[in-house]
Amino acid sequence: MFSMKVSKLNKKHFQIFRSVSTANVKEFLVYRWSPEGNEKPRLQSYLVNLKECGPMVLDALIKIKNEQDPTLTFRRSCREGICGSCSMNIGGANTLACTSRIKEAGKPTKIYPLPHMYVIKDLVTDMSNFYKQYASIQPYLQKSAPLQKTETPQSVENRKKLDGLYECILCACCSTSCPSYWWNPDKYLGPATLLQAYRWIIDSRDEKQKERLKKLEDTFSLYRCHTIMNCAKTCPKGLNPGKAIAEIKKLMVSDKSASAF
Amino acid sequence: MLRLSKILPSVARCVRNLQPRLMYSSKNKDKKEKKSDIRVTDHFYDCLIIGAGGAGLRAAYGLVSKGFNVAVVSKIFPTRSHTVSAQGGINAALGNYEPDNWYWHFFDTVKGSDWLGDQDAIHYMTREAPKAIFELENCGMPFSRFKDGKIYQRAFGGQSLDCGKGGQAHRTCAAADSTGQYMLHALYGQAVRYDCRFFVEYYALDLIMTEERCCGAIVWELGEGTFHRFFARNTVLATGGAERSYFSCTAAHSSTGDGTALATRAGIPLQDMEFVQFHPTGIYGVGVLVTEGARGEGGVITNSKGERFMEKYAPSAKDLASRDVVSRSATMEILEGRGVGPEKDHVHLELMHLPKEHIRKQLPGISNTVAGFTGRDVTKEPIPIIPTVHYNMGGIPSNYKGQVVTQLPDQSEQVVCGLYCCGECACVSVHGANRLGANSLLETVIFGRAVADTIADLNKPGDDIPQAEEWMGVPAMDNFEKLRQQRGTRTVGDLRLELQKTMQKYAGVFRNQELLAEGCVKVFDLYKELKNVSVCDDSLIWNSDLVEALELQNLFINSLHMIRSMEQRKESRGAHARDDFKVREDEYDYAQPVDGQQKRGIEDHWRKHTLSWLEVETGKVCFTFRPVNDHTLDEDECPPVPPIIRKY
Repeated sequence: MFSMKVSKLNKKHFQIFRSVSTANVKEFLVYRWSPEGNEKPRLQSYLVNLKECGPMVLDALIKIKNEQDPTLTFRRSCREGICGSCSMNIGGANTLACTSRIKEAGKPTKIYPLPHMYVIKDLVTDMSNFYKQYASIQPYLQKSAPLQKTETPQSVENRKKLDGLYECILCACCSTSCPSYWWNPDKYLGPATLLQAYRWIIDSRDEKQKERLKKLEDTFSLYRCHTIMNCAKTCPKGLNPGKAIAEIKKLMVSDKSASAF
Repeated sequence: MLRLSKILPSVARCVRNLQPRLMYSSKNKDKKEKKSDIRVTDHFYDCLIIGAGGAGLRAAYGLVSKGFNVAVVSKIFPTRSHTVSAQGGINAALGNYEPDNWYWHFFDTVKGSDWLGDQDAIHYMTREAPKAIFELENCGMPFSRFKDGKIYQRAFGGQSLDCGKGGQAHRTCAAADSTGQYMLHALYGQAVRYDCRFFVEYYALDLIMTEERCCGAIVWELGEGTFHRFFARNTVLATGGAERSYFSCTAAHSSTGDGTALATRAGIPLQDMEFVQFHPTGIYGVGVLVTEGARGEGGVITNSKGERFMEKYAPSAKDLASRDVVSRSATMEILEGRGVGPEKDHVHLELMHLPKEHIRKQLPGISNTVAGFTGRDVTKEPIPIIPTVHYNMGGIPSNYKGQVVTQLPDQSEQVVCGLYCCGECACVSVHGANRLGANSLLETVIFGRAVADTIADLNKPGDDIPQAEEWMGVPAMDNFEKLRQQRGTRTVGDLRLELQKTMQKYAGVFRNQELLAEGCVKVFDLYKELKNVSVCDDSLIWNSDLVEALELQNLFINSLHMIRSMEQRKESRGAHARDDFKVREDEYDYAQPVDGQQKRGIEDHWRKHTLSWLEVETGKVCFTFRPVNDHTLDEDECPPVPPIIRKY
């Protein structure tokens, strides 16, 4: 009986065995949910041969979509960490899929959408509240005089104050890693928006610092930050929104026109 | 019946925007005649802008600030547009580093274009450049600064002083090495300030055209799976390039040539599609760009012998020669066996000799990118690079005012009523056969503003908007439904990969008749395979497989234009280099004195724009030509530059 079974093995079977033994197969567990249909969310397992895949998690997702499951849906664009489209929760941390290296060894990598966001489909979340909050802090230079016909000089020292702030790509990894933002996303502005608010507050060319600070004077917009610092830990660009928020709070206290609570 | 024309325009617009929904019925493929009724909502605006990158945003807030009712439709959130990836800078003759003159910028751009650029448009762009920079700075763009507080300017490829006689110019205004990101965010901030109406993650399926004009577009909303017809008196295409036709490119996944395909389906020709820029310094194996600014700050390109080989190919400009020259030189070094790596198939970019602090301050972005993708420290090791597809000089033909132009059977030009374009999808042409670095970001803001100004000159807010008719948008919906229900043997990813590898092999840096002819046949055969593609997802909400299938249709249209145009142009000019036709064929032989020569007719030389006309049903492409405009807008202010032999 045994010899009959062995004789049925042929060249094709040996080729498969050989490829499995030379492959470096990694399992990805990816959150799936479709708004069309009645199924509940689930984790779907995909196996990827890392020897035939680029080094980043986005490379694996694209390979899965191209070769195994074209219905897998996620946002992506630049693939170099500058546009902020592919932010998602990978292995428990919010980051950009395109700059997140695949951890080769060990357990399967779990990929979820950004936490505590309404899911449109699979890894695509509804970012409209996040964008609305960003617009609310007036992310543009404000001066009392009309637009100049020449440049406004800015010293190297003043320009340096923007370092660590202006590089933000609005990926929302920080805000969606913040427990305070999870509990009050409609009223607390969150780390990303506050980092951007501070970027405009301390830009030496902007003339509306007092007004910008006044807009943050309520119990929720700024003061729901409790220095949990998930934001700084998770930022894929290495920025520190928690520190920017602390700087705003210092300005709020030192600004005599701010009303005290 | 209430006549909308008799009541206030603003009220009329509100009422029209609440039109009852048009039903579109499509029959399912199986014969049970199960209809899927798709509802379509109509919207009416003064202006519709498709694309929200640098050019689209500049046009948007320009129009809103003049009182127009504007809808901006984009398949991705505006700050995700590919403008965000631009690194090096934006050119303008501010004179912050050394005395400068916009005429020298004009000269450099005309020379960079290998005399295929239209000099009236180049005049306009280079003259308006300083104003555009000041406007961006006033919007809050965080330019890097010199010690005196003025905007930082760096050296960049092809930029010279005194029309090539005064050495390297430092004309590229920069914000560290991610200028595109900061420019796009500043423009988005302005769009927010002016409260522009955005329709984000709405995918434009087709333009709505009548015999007389463009009336708007039909669009698919991904978030809800619904359909919308936007009717507008003025439609602006600002959709970027089609670099994803190639396997290795610096561009984002979203660069699929949607606008150029929309124009093709509307019966408008494309111009100069054979001119595809290969950027010399894309990271080998990855495609991600390393900015020309790295060479501007002192970086050099070396071969396997450690030689700075650009000294041989461009003795004067060396590593800062024009991009097509550097790409060709690097490719020649590789073909002659002096490449690096185990397969000797790429070259090195070295920054190790530069002060670490200088690299950290001026090139922080690319230092991180190289570390992330290759594991190398740019201060200690060379960067592995290879010429990589980067930009489409060709696109939708337009004039310097941003109006789309087409050609009548008698070879005369006609403006397409109600249609404009700006940015990379346009071919104005300011770049001609080759684009200089840092002129693309400039082009987006200059012509984005030009479109807004032209529309404001020719229209008033509240002017009549084209009427909606039942047939409008039906062909686009037919194509959409057919594709959604199509079941074949190939996946989108598989067919797209085969197209990309074909373009990479047959339409590369160096071309010849045999390669191009074979490539044309292969791309044409692959185009027919589109009917065999299976879309595995038949949902309407965020169906990314269907989005990629629609983008693949657009990539094919662009690829056919590109490779057929390359095959028909029998000369070498700018970025189009042929081994079998190595010389530039102009109306005179400019290597000799022009006096005494007989001027060749336009049929007998190649210093002319190619217009390629594609028949979408068959994939067949035919060609006509359009003369290059050698006259500037004001020849006293800006004397035109006659052609000479192009050397760096």
